[in-house]
Amino acid sequence: MSDSSWIWGSVESGLLYAFMALGVYITFRILDFPDLTVDGSFTTGAAITGVMITNGYSPIMATFAGFAGGLVAGACTGLLHTKGKINGLMSGILMMIALYSINLRILGKPNVSIYGMDSIFTSVKPLIIVPIIAIIVLGLLNRFLYSDLGLALRATGDNERMIRSFGANTDFTKIVGISLSNGLVALSGALIAQQSSFAAIDGGVGMIVIGLASVIIGEAVFGARNVIHHTISVVLGSIIYRIVVALALRVEWLEASDMKLITAIIVIIALVLPSTRRVYKQKKMAKKRSAEILHVGQKKTMGGEV
Amino acid sequence: MLQLNHVAKLFNPATPDEKIALFDIQLHMKPGDFVTVIGSNGAGKSTLMNIISGVMKPDTGNVRIDNEDVSHLPEYRRSQWIGRVFQDPMAGTAPRMTIEENLAMAYARGKQRGLSLGVKASKRILFREHLSRLGIGLEQRLHAKVGMLSGGERQALSLLMATFTNPQILLLDEHTAALDPARAELITRLTESIVREMNLTTLMVTHNMEQAIRLGNRLIMMDGGRIILDIDEERKKDLTVERLLGEFEQISGHKLSDDRLVLG
Repeated sequence: MSDSSWIWGSVESGLLYAFMALGVYITFRILDFPDLTVDGSFTTGAAITGVMITNGYSPIMATFAGFAGGLVAGACTGLLHTKGKINGLMSGILMMIALYSINLRILGKPNVSIYGMDSIFTSVKPLIIVPIIAIIVLGLLNRFLYSDLGLALRATGDNERMIRSFGANTDFTKIVGISLSNGLVALSGALIAQQSSFAAIDGGVGMIVIGLASVIIGEAVFGARNVIHHTISVVLGSIIYRIVVALALRVEWLEASDMKLITAIIVIIALVLPSTRRVYKQKKMAKKRSAEILHVGQKKTMGGEV
Repeated sequence: MLQLNHVAKLFNPATPDEKIALFDIQLHMKPGDFVTVIGSNGAGKSTLMNIISGVMKPDTGNVRIDNEDVSHLPEYRRSQWIGRVFQDPMAGTAPRMTIEENLAMAYARGKQRGLSLGVKASKRILFREHLSRLGIGLEQRLHAKVGMLSGGERQALSLLMATFTNPQILLLDEHTAALDPARAELITRLTESIVREMNLTTLMVTHNMEQAIRLGNRLIMMDGGRIILDIDEERKKDLTVERLLGEFEQISGHKLSDDRLVLG
């Protein structure tokens, strides 16, 4: 590996996995719905695209089909949760397990290689075309999230009772959100399959944690003032995550198989740090304010303002 | 305009915790009626609101709006006719979204929610105009997240959002109870002027006796899931808090008990 090529490699896979991270962002952050379908639907996208390419379909069509497969998988999870009234985590787990068998059916065997076959990266390098796809997806996603339906979707995760009192069918908005989320996850799987030239049954294992890591890192580093800002942060977070992993793997005594452990540790740190920092800050602020109020009170010998 | 016919609702039916929340409620409201509702704890006031808005379905009886039976319609479908403001200032707005986005969602009430932009320049002008009528400067803060507003500001915004698509029926569920007296007074004033201006058919639950007497053209009192007293406009004119309390005790046989009750 030459000096800086690993960075470009990280940027490339960061962008490819960014769609998955955006999907996780939709469920975890917008809908406040911890959706575990992701591990299965990522593979679904990869499997559909891989098999279609081996059967001679055009790569673009195969990619779209992979995306659609994710939409369907997500819609199923949404239906289980809203119409079947199954707990959110449980509906995701059920769908993930179901998808394992379905993915094997699609693939026909645990591994499908598309090495040497036409992919959307055959004529254009990933580093050129993936940023373009990312910008298009970001644009469309944001346009959607600022539409009437998108606002209702965001409100469903923010204050469900309120948006229902304004006439939104929150079962429907949840299904739309979870479906779209898994569509993006599957799109990521479809692109990764083409970049790595194979689709494997265990390709999606741990995706949910990686997606969450990207979301959290993006928020921590780049902030999240509004939805547009937030989504861009998530994409950049995905890239940073890949750089961190690449750096970690350059440490001599770490092995490639340690990656999932490293990911888990990153997420744990990212989850623990903000809450402890918040508690600490609040305590400090409370102390400061109490001292201030006490001080003013002594001066004027009266309580509070009018 | 609004009719409840023989509505009954049980909580935890056929268990040791069985409770009659509403018992044979008969309530007819004419267009433009402004009815205030008072009653003790657990009298069924909130259940009544939930039955009308569709959060709960009645066990027996029916709910009619504009003579159409809506008993079978879920809450989100009934919302095309019903605007509602909750007691909790946090309940009526989406905190992580901006003021203009919240208004856009209220604006879309009763319409098909599609893919057109939620907030457009033309709507923004309308939002600003409505906000400025609240007189608390929210029109300058369209892009502020609603979570940054005070309880009073959020409740004023909720009131505007509940009313500005001109609903047939406005439900106010102790919507000033969680506010300090000054802000409660502001919201009460806004409520009065909006209801009068738009001639809304309004049902307002309150724990403030004085407010219940001062506002509206009809007053009902609830106890044990029943409407025990229904005072029309004529009799309401020379009603006092003492007389109201006296009538309550006489009919129900016990004192009006509500730990938040304000006599005014």
